[in-house]
Amino acid sequence: MDLTPILNGFSVVLEPANLLYCLVGVLIGMLIGVLPGLGPGATIAILLPITYGIEPVSAIIMLAGIFYGAQYGGTITSVLLRLPGEASSVVTVFDGFALAKQGRAGTALGIAAVGSFVGGTVSIVGLSLVAPIVAGFALDFGPPEYAALGILGVLLISSVGNGNKLKAVVAACVGLLLATVGRDTFTGAERFTFGSLNLAEGLDFIPIAMGLFGLSEILYNLEERHNKVASPAKIGNVWPSRKELGEAKGAIGRGSLIGFVLGVLPGGGATLSSLAAYAFEKRRAKQPERFGRGAVEGVAAPETANNAAATSSFIPLLTLGIPANATMALIFGALLIQGIQPGPQLVTQHPDVFWGVINSMYIGNILLLVMSIPMVGVFVKILRVRAAILAPITVLITLLGAYTVRNQVYDVFLVIGFGLLGYLMKKFGFEPGPLLLAFVLGTMIESSARQALLIFGGDPTGFLTRPISGTIFALVALVAVLPLIRTAWRRKAIRKAPAEEKTS
Amino acid sequence: MSVSDASDPASQADRLQAELDETRPPHAGPISQLAAALVALAVGVAGAAGSYALGLGELTQPGPGLWPFAISVVIVVLSVTLAVTGRSLEDAERFSRSSLLTAGGLVTLVLLAVLLPLIGFEIPSLLLMFVWLRWLGKESWRSSIVVSVCTVAAFYLLFVVLLQIPLPRLI
Repeated sequence: MDLTPILNGFSVVLEPANLLYCLVGVLIGMLIGVLPGLGPGATIAILLPITYGIEPVSAIIMLAGIFYGAQYGGTITSVLLRLPGEASSVVTVFDGFALAKQGRAGTALGIAAVGSFVGGTVSIVGLSLVAPIVAGFALDFGPPEYAALGILGVLLISSVGNGNKLKAVVAACVGLLLATVGRDTFTGAERFTFGSLNLAEGLDFIPIAMGLFGLSEILYNLEERHNKVASPAKIGNVWPSRKELGEAKGAIGRGSLIGFVLGVLPGGGATLSSLAAYAFEKRRAKQPERFGRGAVEGVAAPETANNAAATSSFIPLLTLGIPANATMALIFGALLIQGIQPGPQLVTQHPDVFWGVINSMYIGNILLLVMSIPMVGVFVKILRVRAAILAPITVLITLLGAYTVRNQVYDVFLVIGFGLLGYLMKKFGFEPGPLLLAFVLGTMIESSARQALLIFGGDPTGFLTRPISGTIFALVALVAVLPLIRTAWRRKAIRKAPAEEKTS
Repeated sequence: MSVSDASDPASQADRLQAELDETRPPHAGPISQLAAALVALAVGVAGAAGSYALGLGELTQPGPGLWPFAISVVIVVLSVTLAVTGRSLEDAERFSRSSLLTAGGLVTLVLLAVLLPLIGFEIPSLLLMFVWLRWLGKESWRSSIVVSVCTVAAFYLLFVVLLQIPLPRLI
């Protein structure tokens, strides 16, 4: 393996200006990420405009910073407020909050930071080794394979979410439909533009993401009864002691591996891995009853695993161009805006960008560790500010931020429109994630499918007879049918205990 | 992980999630589910009609409407399925009195967007902050005024003075 491009990537990343961007990214990511109710997805969406104006490499580095900062921001609220920012830090709450109640919140946050750092780093090393190989394999993919892969990606995201699968697929299809708005690249025809010049250019990713993920979250949280939220626990010493690190060492090591492996799986990788790592530690512990009552391993394992998983979910994105979850869809969109098309060609054609992205993750991860421990006190102060005060400030950041991207009020209206759509979707049990992901992939799927049809001379069976696209379509069919089988199977099992029904 | 006793992390996580959901309004009945499915159906039908009008073309020569037409058909099929099978789902939330807060919030957002190009960002932002703080967040008059003035001042400093972003403004 040739190391030169990797080292060149580092020299770019280590430029002082880029380090500063990364630092700012981590800081702002944490700052917005600690706002209760705003998970990493919402945070990244809200902050997209600030990465818009700067040059690609710096923008990506800043994004990596925001990504890690936002992840850790969710951890802070899990430990201190018992409010997980997203599903993948739910498990952290059990022991993290228990530790906080014992006055050891600092320990929990410190261990989480160390674990996140180790998990992230292990995962990036794995990513550096695995990604070029996967990309090499995917190099012979043609349009039919891409179409198949895109459809598989959309379907997987829809089927692994925690909501109703049917609704998720409907949302995804609406996303695909929204992606067709604008001028058709093949025929030049204007689709669904209703004579509007703004719509002729197609719908822009940034306002949609900001509305669907950022604003909708804030609107949705307005309905919550705030009175239950307690003020955050006191923070003691943040630096974990040698003894605590010793206790957590094994959990961090195993969590890194579990996270890396499960993170590559599309969909709930991070959530699944945090749960699996926690369960694994609990099972192999000599005194499993300590878990849930403030076991250090109970924080270390899931936090390490979810960060490792969040990082390794970059593999399908960077090598196949398929985002594995909603957060990756945001990163994908952000990279596209910077003129970077993630996919198998990235590593060979733009090695500087590819390694720039990966190396910026190392830096983001290190800065997270360096920043989080001394800064925890500051973020706790932010948590003491009431949500009622933070909400309008965030709204203002979102709306004015959306305006600054292209200096158009039209974009502000788009954000509001999609904010309303996202709010209504949540109200009616539709996940906005699949919609956004499908929107991002929509253009690629359509153009690949149409190119493939041209290649096949209009014969759609060509998709099934080519070995790779055929295999992928078989997987598509499997993913589509599997939930049905599982439901039937579960129904049989549930007949004994009918109260347990959850999903259809 | 087939053991599902009370201490199983997965069910523990589910319980925590359920507990967090308790701060949400109660779930809505079959009419809301049906309405949601019908809205999706309407989107599908409109999409299908619109893309049919664009021209489907042939498989050898796909027209601009072929792909959106295919998606719209899928939406129609799935939303009909949803309307038939999904009425007993419990994942929709009822609109409650607190939904009025969201509606009020939305009005201020639209107002900001309308006024932004006309009179600049300062006054609409101030208004938005104040409404959200005083009526949506139930802050005191004093803190509402102080916080909204300070925030807008900070935004002015950040966007206009420091970053020199061409935001429409009064001053």
